[in-house]
Amino acid sequence: MNFLIISLIKAALVAFVLLTTLAYLQWIERKVIAHVQLRVGPYRVGPHGLLQPLADVVKLITKEGLIPSHVNKLFYLMAPFVAVTLALISISVLPFGPEITIGPVTTWMQLTDLRIGILFVLAVSSIGVYGVALGGWASNNKYSLLGGLRSSAQMISYELPLALAVAAPLLLANTLSFRDMVNYQSGYWLGFIPRWNLFPEILGFIVFMIAGFAETNRVPFDLPEAENELVAGFHTEYSSMNFAAFFMAEYSNMVTVTAVATLLFLGGWQPPFPAPYSDVIPILVFAFGGLIALYHGLNPARRMDKFTLPATALVFLGIAAIFGVSLFVPVLNTILMALFWFCGKVLLLLFVFIWVRATLPRFRYDQLMRFAWIFLFPLAMINLLATSLIVALTSK
Amino acid sequence: MTAIIFIVFAGIAVFCGINLVVQTHPIASALSLIGVMGSLAVLYLQLGGEFIAAAQVIVYAGAIMVLFVFVIMLLNAGAEAATFQASRFVKYLGALLLAAFLGLISFVIQGALPKSEGVIFGVFQGTTLDVGRKLFTTYLLPFEVVSVLILIALVGAIVLARKEV
Repeated sequence: MNFLIISLIKAALVAFVLLTTLAYLQWIERKVIAHVQLRVGPYRVGPHGLLQPLADVVKLITKEGLIPSHVNKLFYLMAPFVAVTLALISISVLPFGPEITIGPVTTWMQLTDLRIGILFVLAVSSIGVYGVALGGWASNNKYSLLGGLRSSAQMISYELPLALAVAAPLLLANTLSFRDMVNYQSGYWLGFIPRWNLFPEILGFIVFMIAGFAETNRVPFDLPEAENELVAGFHTEYSSMNFAAFFMAEYSNMVTVTAVATLLFLGGWQPPFPAPYSDVIPILVFAFGGLIALYHGLNPARRMDKFTLPATALVFLGIAAIFGVSLFVPVLNTILMALFWFCGKVLLLLFVFIWVRATLPRFRYDQLMRFAWIFLFPLAMINLLATSLIVALTSK
Repeated sequence: MTAIIFIVFAGIAVFCGINLVVQTHPIASALSLIGVMGSLAVLYLQLGGEFIAAAQVIVYAGAIMVLFVFVIMLLNAGAEAATFQASRFVKYLGALLLAAFLGLISFVIQGALPKSEGVIFGVFQGTTLDVGRKLFTTYLLPFEVVSVLILIALVGAIVLARKEV
């Protein structure tokens, strides 16, 4: 019974945080791209457009959910459901931190740990293609069908380098569970270089990230929804919440790919510096951010800056203070440090995703396929063979 | 609990299997086949064959069936026209006779099989370690032969599909 209650609380917490992140990820993306392109991005709804995601949600919910007359109704309605369910489900096996003890309760900062966790994520992502493919086909529209077909071909092609890139760190750590994978990456070489898989597996990491871009249908591999060729690709005929479901699935897949990359290659919640030094870094980061905001608030460039920037500074300094307090509370320290490093790494990779979208043009379709089969696949293969050779030579 | 899960997923598998044959549209049939694969994976998982379950989903549902669906979409195959019109009486009688026939067959098979202990859930040695060890020690030769066979099929497909230069 105790287990059931703890699991329910954890699931509710994870679901709430994940869904909020998905909504705000879109805000972050629009802001970052806007600043890359010398615009300000969303600015009207709330201070600096912070309430924009809320407005978007209200807009999408209150819109009429059109079902075109010529579609295959069952599959048309099933497709976004399949896409979003499969995209959200993988988060259940990802760990966010170590085992913690709050009062009488001892639990892991993870919903559940499967012995085949990594295979589970691969399996779910390999089925995820049906959402897009079915949506494209059921819409009964040339552009949608082309988008769906492109998506299936692309995802089959890029799943191979993705799986091969994942296999290399698995060989090193000799486990399929995310929890053991992160534990394997704890500790430091020579006392200061973290034992992350990133360093021996840098090639694997690069291949994983590139294939991850293709798996999530992101620029430069967003051929399934190429606006200038296919209108909006597989979701041309979708509106209202059905459209929102596809949108959520895309962002959720992004979070999953970056979280898996963090767990497999960047040491999960393990800090990049040994413990006493790494605990100070969050305080410095947030205090520095707060001081910058305070400085600009005292020297306002725009009229509203007098109010918004000091408020931001207050929030940042408050977070810094919480981290400072946590140095003296061991439980809080474990939770906050794990969350800070895990979320920090995931957000960094998400920023790379957005950054790439803002800077790179789209591939042509034949280039996309050639890149996967002639460059990425052999590279992942060579990386896997080299890793297995080293593992075979060094293991007892 | 295990019995309930078994009955639910076995039921889904049988339902999807029947649906696969009954449906006239190829996409619906293909999706039913995915349903069969998925529920079989759950049954494997229940027996303790976790690696087999994951491989079942990744290979069959996630790769092979995607290709099936892809080809069906590419050819834009429509619903098959019904060629045989049966009266309602014949349909009901057929269903009854089919049930009787299946019952007879299962009765005969059960009688012919030796008495066994029955399946115990979760004792099957199916972790990744077990499967890997078996594949690379006991069953190494069949494993390698099968991989060569698949390679031959691959090369054959490429040769057949290649354009004349």
